Amino acid sequence: MNGARRHIQLALDTRPILPRHVKLKFDKQRERWLLLAPERILVPDEIAVEVLHLCDGKASIAALVAELAAKYDAPEAEIMRDVRAMLQDLADKGFLAENTEAIP
Amino acid sequence: MTDAKSDPLAPAKSTPFGLPLSVLAEITHRCPLQCPYCSNPIEMDRAASELSTEEWQRVLHELADLGVLQIHFSGGEPTARTDLLELVQCATDVGLYSNLITSGVLLTKDRLAALYQAGLSHVQISFQASDETLANRIGAHRRGHAKKLEAAKWTREVGLPLTVNAVVHRQNLHELPDLIDMAVALDADRLEVANVQYYGWALKNRAALMPSEAQIEEATAVVDTARKRLLGILEIDYVVPDYYALRPKKCMGGWGRQFFNISPAGKVLPCHAAESITGLVFDSVRDHSLAWIWEHSPAFNLYRGTDWMPEPCRSCALREEDYGGCRCQAFALTGNAANTDPACALSPQHDEIFQTARREAADGSSRFIYRNFIGGTAEPEVENNDR
Repeated sequence: MNGARRHIQLALDTRPILPRHVKLKFDKQRERWLLLAPERILVPDEIAVEVLHLCDGKASIAALVAELAAKYDAPEAEIMRDVRAMLQDLADKGFLAENTEAIP
Repeated sequence: MTDAKSDPLAPAKSTPFGLPLSVLAEITHRCPLQCPYCSNPIEMDRAASELSTEEWQRVLHELADLGVLQIHFSGGEPTARTDLLELVQCATDVGLYSNLITSGVLLTKDRLAALYQAGLSHVQISFQASDETLANRIGAHRRGHAKKLEAAKWTREVGLPLTVNAVVHRQNLHELPDLIDMAVALDADRLEVANVQYYGWALKNRAALMPSEAQIEEATAVVDTARKRLLGILEIDYVVPDYYALRPKKCMGGWGRQFFNISPAGKVLPCHAAESITGLVFDSVRDHSLAWIWEHSPAFNLYRGTDWMPEPCRSCALREEDYGGCRCQAFALTGNAANTDPACALSPQHDEIFQTARREAADGSSRFIYRNFIGGTAEPEVENNDR
């Protein structure tokens, strides 16, 4: 899968990325972001959409949590707990992969 | 994050329908297999009546405009159409998430790679059993099972996620642990353990397919254990079959609420089995726009909402939970599609179908009637009696 690994356990240095078969899409008719996956359509809330946009295969979990904590002026530990729970749940469903390629 | 199947995108309960979410495109009824539980109608569309490439392309544009998000290319065997690649490319171009539902027996690795390049997002391959001899007997294809294993391997090699679909019944349920192991070995993400639904071909073959209660209990336990063991590795979809259920399924999420099916000849159906309800007239994409059909087709509006319901559905507190179950099953078992689905314990026919299931599971002949364009062919008699 081009450097993306499945069945992952998230760690702080994991660089999460949406696999090719999971598509974050803004649906014009329903005016909301959706996550399209095999036989599934998930409805992320606003925060989840923001987290998913940060899952670009470049930012580690630690980095994306730090970015969110700074942006919302919120305690990092709390954000870490929520983000990891959300992303691990997606990973367990096979809807999140890990970028294992070196960053240029 | 919430799953659209269990709401946010669903229309409000009191409204009869919303925007369609996903569509099953049965692009042909041709198929190299002859499974006795095929979900196609007994009267199948011939090749000459199939929509052309251009007609499907127009339909795909209309689907995207209508708000449809996912398209499932199915059949028959969708890879029997030589223009499948063009159709998948068109789906990608208009922004539809595409899924291929296939038997796998006609696929090559090159064709899968091309479909990947055209934007295909997911492949679902059906398996008739895990044992080769049994699988090939059920599908009536001498090399079917081996070809499927090959197609599943290529699917993963080209980088596509794989769902293994295993249709289960009395004659293969004992293999469920092996089917689960097979799905893991094939590196599938999902396994659908699909109990046969009894209309059309499967209804003709019900006595040969109906499982026993003991088999269903065991299958449920096997799935429960496997789900825990395989968390994060293999997702397993499994639903208890209707004849042994107490509550009916919310079939299609409610008639004409969020889903529809397009037949090879272009008829738009609220459910892939809807043509089994005789007397209903279905509108065609050849005569109307999809937007018109979704809103105005009499066949869609007939069983939308709750106004059409007789008792015991009409006054039932759960009428908007399950919409009275499955219309096709109600028709098949009671002769009236508006009746409560006999899968419901409140249906006057519930006990009768339960007893029928028990009797057929115990005494039914295991001889199949194979699906084909001439109304079905009985399996040859065999001399050994190991079935």
